[in-house]
Amino acid sequence: MKSSLTAVLALAFVVGCTKNENEIVVGEYGSLTGGMATFGVSTHKGIQLAFDEINDKGGIKSKKIKLITLDDQGKDTEVASVVTKLITQHKAVAILGEVASGLSKVAAPIAQQNKVPMITPSSTNPEVTKLGEYIFRVCFIDPFQGFVMAKFASENLKAKKAAIFRDVKNDYSVGLADVFAAEFKKMGGEIVIDTAYQQNDIDFKAQLTQIKSKTPDVIFVPGYYTEVGLIAKQAKELALTAPLLGGDGWDSPKLNEIGKDAINGNYFSNHYTTESTDPATIEFVTKFKAKYNEVPDGLAALGYDAARILAAAMERTTELTPSNIRDEIAKTKEFIGATGKITINEERNAVKSAVVVQVENENRKYVTTVSP
Amino acid sequence: MQDLIQHLINGLGLGAIYALIALGYTMVYGVLQMINFAHSDVYMVGAFAAYYAARWFNLESMPGVVSFAILLLAAITGCALLGLLIERFAYRPLRNAPKLNILITAIGVSLLLEYSGQVIFGADPKVFPEVLNNTPLFEMAGVSFKLFDFLVIGVGLVAMAVLHFLIYHTKQGRAMRAVSVNPRVASILGVNVDRTIVFTFVLGSALAGVGSVLVGVKYPKIEPLMGMMIGLKAFVAAVLGGIGNIMGAVLGGLIMGLSEEMVVAYLSSTYRDAVAFGILILILIVRPSGLLGRNQTEKL
Repeated sequence: MKSSLTAVLALAFVVGCTKNENEIVVGEYGSLTGGMATFGVSTHKGIQLAFDEINDKGGIKSKKIKLITLDDQGKDTEVASVVTKLITQHKAVAILGEVASGLSKVAAPIAQQNKVPMITPSSTNPEVTKLGEYIFRVCFIDPFQGFVMAKFASENLKAKKAAIFRDVKNDYSVGLADVFAAEFKKMGGEIVIDTAYQQNDIDFKAQLTQIKSKTPDVIFVPGYYTEVGLIAKQAKELALTAPLLGGDGWDSPKLNEIGKDAINGNYFSNHYTTESTDPATIEFVTKFKAKYNEVPDGLAALGYDAARILAAAMERTTELTPSNIRDEIAKTKEFIGATGKITINEERNAVKSAVVVQVENENRKYVTTVSP
Repeated sequence: MQDLIQHLINGLGLGAIYALIALGYTMVYGVLQMINFAHSDVYMVGAFAAYYAARWFNLESMPGVVSFAILLLAAITGCALLGLLIERFAYRPLRNAPKLNILITAIGVSLLLEYSGQVIFGADPKVFPEVLNNTPLFEMAGVSFKLFDFLVIGVGLVAMAVLHFLIYHTKQGRAMRAVSVNPRVASILGVNVDRTIVFTFVLGSALAGVGSVLVGVKYPKIEPLMGMMIGLKAFVAAVLGGIGNIMGAVLGGLIMGLSEEMVVAYLSSTYRDAVAFGILILILIVRPSGLLGRNQTEKL
């Protein structure tokens, strides 16, 4: 019994370590299940599309990219173990993920320690890339999203009084809320109330009743879609009519399933819009629709861009080592992505513009573009 | 004033939900002196039973009272069956084991349900079918009173009344009370102890089913871990009212709902859960048997 167990373990070890010389292993971790599942699944579809395309054209340096995707269930305890597994067991030369900033922050030190480059497609919290010179992102950062929505509220919606309703346990939400508050005040507005909820809450009526009594012109809710859907619904039940504003955490088809018609007419900032006339975006949307038979959301587009920036960097290297790949990612300039032109700056963040869209059932109506 | 009334309605609506689930905890405790921690997960399964029933019969396309009744029926059936199975296979073999073993088993069953739920239903939240409209009933002092708030409060009170009648005015209830006092003597006197306990479990679970549909209709997001927090709060409510006491469960639930609402409204929303559990600690220190509970001396 003992020997057979040893044999199985040895076999597992050998299988785990087998490295095919004609493959480049790239690791991806994401929440394929859990409360943020649509984030992980969308991102994965984008990444898969990019790598399939590259492999169909012959791969990189005539090697195929092998994508290994592990599910972290949206839990920080899982993230550490799956990322370690990707690096040590699967020997990934680069890592892609996560959407949620809080989870990227757990993974980043592990990637940094092992000197494996990590590109997060859509973690917008500024702290993420500060964790080491191996950590990159292809999206804009929270201060920018907070700034975009503050500018939009005061210039386009002519709002004077804003309420903030933040998810207090979520780095992303707190980051956006802080910047929004600071920028909105700078633009001459007033924050009449700044209140909070926690992820997985289902009842928001107490806070919404309180918000209603302060009669704000807009309500900034930088949360994730599941809670935002319920918040919109309960706000409508309380006859709270001020428009809700949010960030890219709203970007999911589930937003409408949960919020129904209560979510319509509200605005959020996003990385791109399918209504864009940019040829690179149109090409991506067409390819995505052909493969998956659905309209890609912003996270899918960012996953696609992250994967292609990584592939382009790998193509430029002389030898495929994690540190060479890192150096090449850092040199990315004016890359034509599905979400616009991407330049990686010295802080390893992407410099690019954001769009503001309005929810209209399944559609995201393009409203305006805000540049840095 | 307008705000205060709105807060009161919100709080009572939330409290009624805690009350419904607390009733299940209290009933099982009343008869068996055990805390059925799996109760909150039975509630979760009820929500999913209703969800799948709605998909099966395509109920969302024909909203109305009939669809709502089918959802209720599905959830009640699912919960009752599950309660029956849990009692038969998890708790009955331990009927004569020390209390601690049963408690640990209850936690085990709870975890089993939560994580099997993640595998079977998927961990991503599902959207509960919308079969009833939350129509405003009337308006008073600028606050509109909505159907759902009355529905949950009404159902909670009716459930309490029915249980009270059942326990104090029927033969089955007398059997339950007898088993609660001393199962061995009750069995000598001709009470079928096993059947009485099964009845208690099925009834308690059915109440969880009712609760799950009301919550699903009011907050249309369901997921396998949805029972955890609400279950804990309902448990606190049951302890607050005096565990084992039917009226106490409802009173405890309403107090919990109202105090949470008031904390969010007038203090800070971050203290919401802290207050709920602060109440638990306070009640255990000041009045361990709860507001309406009987004082019992522990026999050693």
